[in-house]
Amino acid sequence: MKANGTVFKFHDNVDTDVIIPARYLNSSDPAELAKHCMEDIDATFVNKVAKGDIIVAGKNFGCGSSREHAPISIKAAGVSCVIAKTFARIFYRNAINIGLPIIECEAAYDGIDAGDTVEIDFDEGIIYNRTKGTQFKGQAFPPFMQKIIAAEGLINYINQGKNQ
Amino acid sequence: MGMTITQKILAAAAGLDKVEAGQLIEANLDLVLGNDITSPVAIHEMDKFKAEGVFNKDKIALVMDHFVPNKDIKSAEHCKCVRNFANKNDITNFFDVGQMGIEHALLPEQGLVVAGNVVIGADSHTCTYGALGAFSTGVGSTDMAAGMATGKAWFKVPAAIKFELVGKPAPWISGKDIILHIIGTIGVDGALYQSMEFVGEGIQYLSMDDRFTISNMAIEAGGKNGIFPVDEKTIEFMNAHSKKPYKIFEADPDAEYVQTYTIDLSTLKSTVAFPHLPENTHTIDQVGDIAVDQVVIGSCTNGYMSDLRTAAKILKGHKVAKQVRCIVIPATQTIYLKALEEGLLTTFIQAGAVVSTPTCGPCLGGYMGILAAGERCVSTTNRNFVGRMGHVDSEVYLASPAVAAASAITGKITSPAAIEGLQA
Repeated sequence: MKANGTVFKFHDNVDTDVIIPARYLNSSDPAELAKHCMEDIDATFVNKVAKGDIIVAGKNFGCGSSREHAPISIKAAGVSCVIAKTFARIFYRNAINIGLPIIECEAAYDGIDAGDTVEIDFDEGIIYNRTKGTQFKGQAFPPFMQKIIAAEGLINYINQGKNQ
Repeated sequence: MGMTITQKILAAAAGLDKVEAGQLIEANLDLVLGNDITSPVAIHEMDKFKAEGVFNKDKIALVMDHFVPNKDIKSAEHCKCVRNFANKNDITNFFDVGQMGIEHALLPEQGLVVAGNVVIGADSHTCTYGALGAFSTGVGSTDMAAGMATGKAWFKVPAAIKFELVGKPAPWISGKDIILHIIGTIGVDGALYQSMEFVGEGIQYLSMDDRFTISNMAIEAGGKNGIFPVDEKTIEFMNAHSKKPYKIFEADPDAEYVQTYTIDLSTLKSTVAFPHLPENTHTIDQVGDIAVDQVVIGSCTNGYMSDLRTAAKILKGHKVAKQVRCIVIPATQTIYLKALEEGLLTTFIQAGAVVSTPTCGPCLGGYMGILAAGERCVSTTNRNFVGRMGHVDSEVYLASPAVAAASAITGKITSPAAIEGLQA
């Protein structure tokens, strides 16, 4: 599995309220949520982001509310992966559960600028900065989570378990 | 090496004699919670399951609290979706308008959580029940769906940070000041992936409401949960509210903590978190002149009986400043009724505040007190992120009910000690 796209860069502590403001939580439709992704931190984001693009952020990405609408809106906006120094734990869980790939990598944050073209090899856990010709080793998922990701989310994982 | 309280509860729920930090386990759940925002997403996920129905209709709680009474047509559709699901699955603990309260105040009050329980909730402030000596943590809607279907959830056993609370808090210093002080000390990711374990002789001075407030905001430090040991006050609360059997867990003397902080409660001052992170704390003497347009007293953090009593004590005989809107929101119907019977609502209304039916409303910028561009609110809620209560150019200052009420009178962020003629 691979991802390839242009980088949008954000700072530390990007919270779920700016990822998808609560005023839009009266909908749970991914397409509707995608229209307002990152609206309160960068109102132009949804107009600029293209399918496959990548978010690179600082520490504690996705802090705050447990709203699964946050990773859903990012995935539905076309983002193929979020790389961050660290993730808030509920966001981390939610991203895995809905099948949005995420990688923790502190060095990648320092070595990647907005607009860079980045490729990610999820099997190897390697992040390639094609613009700068550098590469970074991200944190691989523990085996338990790899199974959930391989099943494309928690629901399928549980359904598979029932068939065994 | 011994285990912390959190580790012991998780080990028991996983049927294991021993667990250690970092271990992945599957635990049996005593309760699965959802609200009107997160449950519809979970119910949609449930449809994808091959299983029929829920694992136990008595161990699921669905609380309509964020956008109710329905603020618009889409919110009404969400509540209808949950109502239909609750009826179809005969969910025992479905709380609709008339019975509802803000979920985290409601569940302990209704006796649905007791010491030793393992609870997941599709709301980040599910960590509130740590005050009862339970393990509880926030999850997303997919985890909630899996929990409703299977009665189980996977967890990574957390490492722990110990907070040794010593000394007696000064007058007007509440659980809110303590947790804001802690978040200001360790930062909004200071307890990331870890459990926050509160211990020490200082706990005896904290009411259950204070403890709910402290556990509630563990998530604002990134914590997985925030837990207190069980004492006489906890047992008294559980006996008064619940018939469920409880189990008391205690940390082993040689339990491992990645870090220990000692906090002398007697030295704490009223504390205010400035925009736009809960870690941006200042003690009240460093705040300066900050005029406010709105005051909110309520939420799962500070909508409890003792919070309303404190606010009423300060507001009694005073008027809300002319340029300020003061919104008081009791957290549950029971608290609302009690406040009515005690005359607190009369005090609020005579002071020029408005009193709302229980709702999360303004805390998350839903409704019932949205801020315009450039407006400023001092609020007893839990988050002050950009745009949290309305316009992206508005500001939220987090504070205790005492500071919020005093600020409503003066129109600027104020210590209750500065209100003339007021005895703590």
